[in-house]
Amino acid sequence: MPAYRIEIRVIPRRGILDPQGKAVADALHSLGFPDVTDVRVGRHVVLEARAADPTAAADAAVAMCERLLANPVTEDYEIEQVVEIAAVSAAAHE
Amino acid sequence: MRVGIVTFPGSNCDYDAYHAVVDQLGERAFYVWHKERDLQGADVVVLPGGFSYGDYLRCGAIARFSPVMDAVAAHARAGAPVLAICNGFQIACEAGLLPGALLRNASLRYVCEQRHLRIETTDSPFTSRYAAGQVVRIPIAHGEGRYVADDDTLDRLEGEGLVAFRYVGAEGGSDERSNPNGSLRDIAGILNGGRNVLGMMPHPERAVEPLVGSGDGLALFESLLARVGA
Repeated sequence: MPAYRIEIRVIPRRGILDPQGKAVADALHSLGFPDVTDVRVGRHVVLEARAADPTAAADAAVAMCERLLANPVTEDYEIEQVVEIAAVSAAAHE
Repeated sequence: MRVGIVTFPGSNCDYDAYHAVVDQLGERAFYVWHKERDLQGADVVVLPGGFSYGDYLRCGAIARFSPVMDAVAAHARAGAPVLAICNGFQIACEAGLLPGALLRNASLRYVCEQRHLRIETTDSPFTSRYAAGQVVRIPIAHGEGRYVADDDTLDRLEGEGLVAFRYVGAEGGSDERSNPNGSLRDIAGILNGGRNVLGMMPHPERAVEPLVGSGDGLALFESLLARVGA
């Protein structure tokens, strides 16, 4: 089975106070970036997994986000990319 | 009363809960390692405070999948009391035992101090020995205690009397300093619909003797004892 590197972005949902993003925005303003109007700080998850094809890999990633990687109450997620990688890398993880 | 205290890797208030039950109340308590699959006949389950799994990913997100959590969910479904304190509250929310989520404090600061709470309902196994509207002093110690839920959920919690505790000032009112973490509607603790699961960020188990600052938390354990019997 081929292996894929899947990149997932998880960010605080718009409308929910993100104090970390606000602190970063304030810091950027004080550093001379007054044009910054909004900052949200999230997580970038990169994982490698075996899957039959890229669609199956993306579907699995969605299921992982729903169960664990994102909190459905407060966060949004997006599967950013699915890239096939050399099978030897997947074998190394076994 | 037999109290099962679940210990996750990173729990650090399990002994405080044990002390409250055994030394202050004279009842029985025991630890249940998170890999266990049964609760050894516990009448009450405590999900204690701490930093389970190092708070990796999100607070409580990994602990909720510990083997013991199936038994905890079954205990809750059966209507038996589950007391989820601090990190336990975060775990209970992640596990879907309670609605909403606990996010970073609005101040971005870890806060460890005595706080005033108002008892919002006495209709629960945890609060029957308090008076409605009573103001108590209970410490908090958290960096991620800002309670968040959507408006419909918040309205339902309020409408059904499921808000157990609110952060208030010493006189029982709210002002700009009485909410320590930015929790929506000043919520410090909530009940599930069955009123048998309580999640709260403050630590009643650390407030069971005046010598260490407050004895106001003891009535919560006395309420449990009144409910389940000795």
